[in-house]
Amino acid sequence: MNVVEMHAITKYFGEMIANDHVDFDLRKGEIHALLGENGAGKTTLMRILYGLYKQNSGEVQINGKTVQINSPKDAIANNIGMVTQHFALVPTMTVAENVVLGYTDKFVLDYTAIEESVSAAARKYGLDISPKALIRHLSVGQRQRVEILKALYRNAKVLILDEPTAVLIPQEVDVLFDALRKLCAEGLSVIFISHKLDEVTNITNRVTVLRDGKSIGTVNTCDMTQSQLAAMMVGREAFGIKRDNLETQKNIPLLEIKDLCAADDQGLPALRDVNLTIHTGEILGIAGVSGNGQKQLAETLCGVRTCSKGEITLDGVNLNGKDAAEFTTCGMGRIPEDRHEGVVGELTVYENLALEHLGKYSTRGFLNRKAIQAHANELISQFQIKAQAGDRIRTLSGGNMQKVLLARVLSTQPKIVIAPQPTRGLDVGATDYVRQQLLEQRNRGAGVMLISEDLDEILALSDRIAVMYEGEVVGILNASEATPERLGLLMSGAVKEM
Amino acid sequence: METTRKKLRFIKTNNPPFWIKPLIPVLALIGTFIITSGLILWAKANPFETYYYFLLAPLGNRVSLLEILVKSTPLMLTGVAVTFAFATGYYNIGAEGQLYAGAIAAAGLGMALHGVPAIFAIPIMIIGGFIAGMAWALIPALLKVKLAVDEVVTTLLMNSVMAYIVSALLNGPWRDPNSGWPQSEEISPTAMFFKIVPRSRLNFGFIVALVAILVLWLVMTRTSFGLKMRAVGLGKPAARFAGINVNKTILIAALVSGGIAGIAGVAEVAGIQFHLIGELSAGYGYTGVIIATLGSLNAFGVAIASLFFGLVDAGAQTVSRALGVPVYLGEVTQATMLLVALGMLVLQRYRIRRM
Amino acid sequence: MEIFLINLIAATLRVSTPILLAAIGETFTERAGILNLGIEGIMFFGAFVGFLAADISGSLWIGFLFAVISGILAGLLMGLLSVSLGVNQHVSGLGITLLLTGLALFGFRLQYGGRSTPPSIEPFGQVNPFANVPALGTITQQYLLTYITFLVIIPLAWWVLYRTRYGLHIRAVGENPEAVDAAGVNVYAIRYSVLAIGGGLMAAGGAFLSLAQLGAFSHGIISGRGWVAIAIVIFGNWVPVKVMFGALIFGGTYALQLRLQAMGLKLPIPYETFLALPYIVTIVALVLAGRNASYPAALLKPYRRE
Repeated sequence: MNVVEMHAITKYFGEMIANDHVDFDLRKGEIHALLGENGAGKTTLMRILYGLYKQNSGEVQINGKTVQINSPKDAIANNIGMVTQHFALVPTMTVAENVVLGYTDKFVLDYTAIEESVSAAARKYGLDISPKALIRHLSVGQRQRVEILKALYRNAKVLILDEPTAVLIPQEVDVLFDALRKLCAEGLSVIFISHKLDEVTNITNRVTVLRDGKSIGTVNTCDMTQSQLAAMMVGREAFGIKRDNLETQKNIPLLEIKDLCAADDQGLPALRDVNLTIHTGEILGIAGVSGNGQKQLAETLCGVRTCSKGEITLDGVNLNGKDAAEFTTCGMGRIPEDRHEGVVGELTVYENLALEHLGKYSTRGFLNRKAIQAHANELISQFQIKAQAGDRIRTLSGGNMQKVLLARVLSTQPKIVIAPQPTRGLDVGATDYVRQQLLEQRNRGAGVMLISEDLDEILALSDRIAVMYEGEVVGILNASEATPERLGLLMSGAVKEM
Repeated sequence: METTRKKLRFIKTNNPPFWIKPLIPVLALIGTFIITSGLILWAKANPFETYYYFLLAPLGNRVSLLEILVKSTPLMLTGVAVTFAFATGYYNIGAEGQLYAGAIAAAGLGMALHGVPAIFAIPIMIIGGFIAGMAWALIPALLKVKLAVDEVVTTLLMNSVMAYIVSALLNGPWRDPNSGWPQSEEISPTAMFFKIVPRSRLNFGFIVALVAILVLWLVMTRTSFGLKMRAVGLGKPAARFAGINVNKTILIAALVSGGIAGIAGVAEVAGIQFHLIGELSAGYGYTGVIIATLGSLNAFGVAIASLFFGLVDAGAQTVSRALGVPVYLGEVTQATMLLVALGMLVLQRYRIRRM
Repeated sequence: MEIFLINLIAATLRVSTPILLAAIGETFTERAGILNLGIEGIMFFGAFVGFLAADISGSLWIGFLFAVISGILAGLLMGLLSVSLGVNQHVSGLGITLLLTGLALFGFRLQYGGRSTPPSIEPFGQVNPFANVPALGTITQQYLLTYITFLVIIPLAWWVLYRTRYGLHIRAVGENPEAVDAAGVNVYAIRYSVLAIGGGLMAAGGAFLSLAQLGAFSHGIISGRGWVAIAIVIFGNWVPVKVMFGALIFGGTYALQLRLQAMGLKLPIPYETFLALPYIVTIVALVLAGRNASYPAALLKPYRRE
């Protein structure tokens, strides 16, 4: 008997169909991958199982019985636990408070008893964590352990993990996988949402592949090769872009970063004496686990965060003390990390395109509306953006939104392009497009800084790779000498190669 | 937001059907009347008769039509003032205090301008009121951009402080010894706004209000500063990233907002009262927030909402005289309308569909 | 001087009571992520309803009860707008203030409009457990509601927020409603319930003014005390005991102003300076404390699952 069966699940968001008659089943003690690209409907399906969404049609059975799961409360009652991609933790509270949240039997809280029981549970499941620690003081890996502990504390027999490895370094992934194997041996069943083929083949027993909201099929992992799975996932055998190793002149330094220090929003040091150089015609990849200063590095180089020390020199011009608008005029091509915070959703495509260059598009304070719209239409066709100039930008897909941001930056032929997480959350087509554009910038002689948490992306595109750990650059490798293992060691802070 | 009824569902949509938007004010109006008729019954009046006097009778004759325009003048100005701030994401709820700041300036200048011809006196009054409103708005705006102190609370508290300043002036140095009421002496006749229609209260202030509407429209839709304001209001991080100086934009918008609210005070002193009095504003600064919201922060919408609220204010007085229903029916109606419309706006985001 | 100080302390406790009740109410709603700008109107409405119900029924406590109920209903209305419909909290809160202010004035005019003298009732009497002790006896001469506020409501508010499951949920909802939802707790129910509690406390604060301190209702009865309460909540960093100190600062300034007026000193500055002083002190306190204020992370953000 299957612990979970989902039959013909259909879910609409507005008029978009996210799950189209999807079937799914989970056996006791197995690790079952839910494989698919971004936007294939994996997370939606699992949020339905966990009661965060309600399906429009279809039924869910737990241990052979049809159940109505209207809220996470029902899911928890059916022994289902979920670790979402953005952790559902309260940063200002302790581990113990987070674990018992919504799962305490008494109205009055006895903190001693709570901390003891949480600590006992942590020992039982082999998840080393202190119940009194505040969440905001924990690393990402530790927070994930709290999330898993939270589910197990609620007697979860089914554990849903939504892209659990995205935030971990390779070595932490191994620790997670060991823990999961042990828990499954004791009877836990795991649903593992992923788009990474090597992980799926490494740890799972079976795979269900989703594509465009439809189930493509369920297979035994051991019967499949990675390329067969890839074909199921994207509907074509090969994917990804090829980097033609075009020799470009990369001996002229373009952007020089010297002893750069900056603080994060809490005022704590986020960058510590960063020294980097980007040459003409090269892509410098920045690898690292998220939260090690990459965000602050990107913001500082984009002129939206002031450095406390150090120098940024672009083609001989010192950028210290300049504001974001001056960074642009000096030739810094700035792509925002979070595209939803990089566009003003309620403004139109043409207004967003003009926003960075208002000086160019106005005379005596009045907008040249014709020039703005003509420019927008030009970029829309040049960058194959699927939208009208007058559409509100929030109605665009993530890929098209990213194209708008790329167009805004690249149309000015910047000397340097800062690209933090440029393909995060994009589907394969848009991802390829963005990567292709970055390569074209390199080939035309610009310097590109590619900051990414996706090691495959870094390895595929970069000429050189710098690794960040706790705000420091702990190693710079040529792409030819970089391997995932070597990068992983650097990313974990275990070694330095400077 | 899902109904369990047979296959009829609320679907979230980005493109509401075209007929929804004009329908919202109508539905809000009907909803408001249903709710407020309870009050009218409490006052032992007939709701239909009341609504006739309230909303139709004032439209029926020339005198009360002009009175609607008079009543809508300060509302238009505070509505524009609040829109400038809200559109930039700065919640200036201090238009009431800024209005009084402008009124103080107008009364002070007006009393000092005896003998100065109107062609100089009136511009001086308007500029003085603008500067005074701006100055009163400066403190919370600076606290916001320099120290990140929440502007909602400070602007509200500043309103209370301003009320005591006005009271101090009227009970102290500015008190007209010849009057039984706490009010200032009359301003110079040359500083008084001229009448647009003779033997009515409709004056130059209304033209000033229309100009303010026009300026709002022009700035918001045609200038790069307007685009900056909207970008800051709708998405601060994106605006900052695009190289817009967010704090400077907020500061300017806050000051312009205060200045225009100050002009509302000038219009009341120079156009209607000719004295500074404690009850100069019937909460116009707060009503401005309702008007800006109902007008969806859009110049045309603000104009329509002000005119309608002018009608409500004029009608409330008619009702009070004719039927003895307390005049506060007007305020209740305006606030109810805001809340009902806010609820209705949510509907705009959904469409009903059979699936 | 000694008498002056003792009287000042006694007056401070009295004057702080209504603000403190409202500020504790606001602390609860903001801790769960809702800024309730309806506070000023709810206090005003509570003062009116309390007065009206007490006048009609002849019982001050019945009046107080009705005031609290009216506040709870007003809180639920705020819930409908800001929680269920997800409307902008600034605008909906202000709308509620304007609505309730208008309603109270409408009702007051209707009930008492014809009278030439403002209506009044015999207010709550004061109690004094230490009536015979000099000095202390002056300070302890207080309304029962003041005792309840300082000795019951404040400790209770702390206990609920930090020592109960419900308080854990409130604090979590204000920081990360997604986490609370994922843990199987109904975010909306928590937010509605704190709005009801908060509304009840705000209205109780208003009713204290009309039923105890003044024994009358007037247009200026609240005059910005609700806004002060909001400032005090920020000043107190959303912690009940610190909020209490904030209320005492405002109350102290206000009481000082009352004492100075009562002494009838001939001062070269207008007495309005003293009236405005508590508001100015509040702004200054807000500026000084606001820099370290740690706002609940989810404040002003409506929660939606999709």
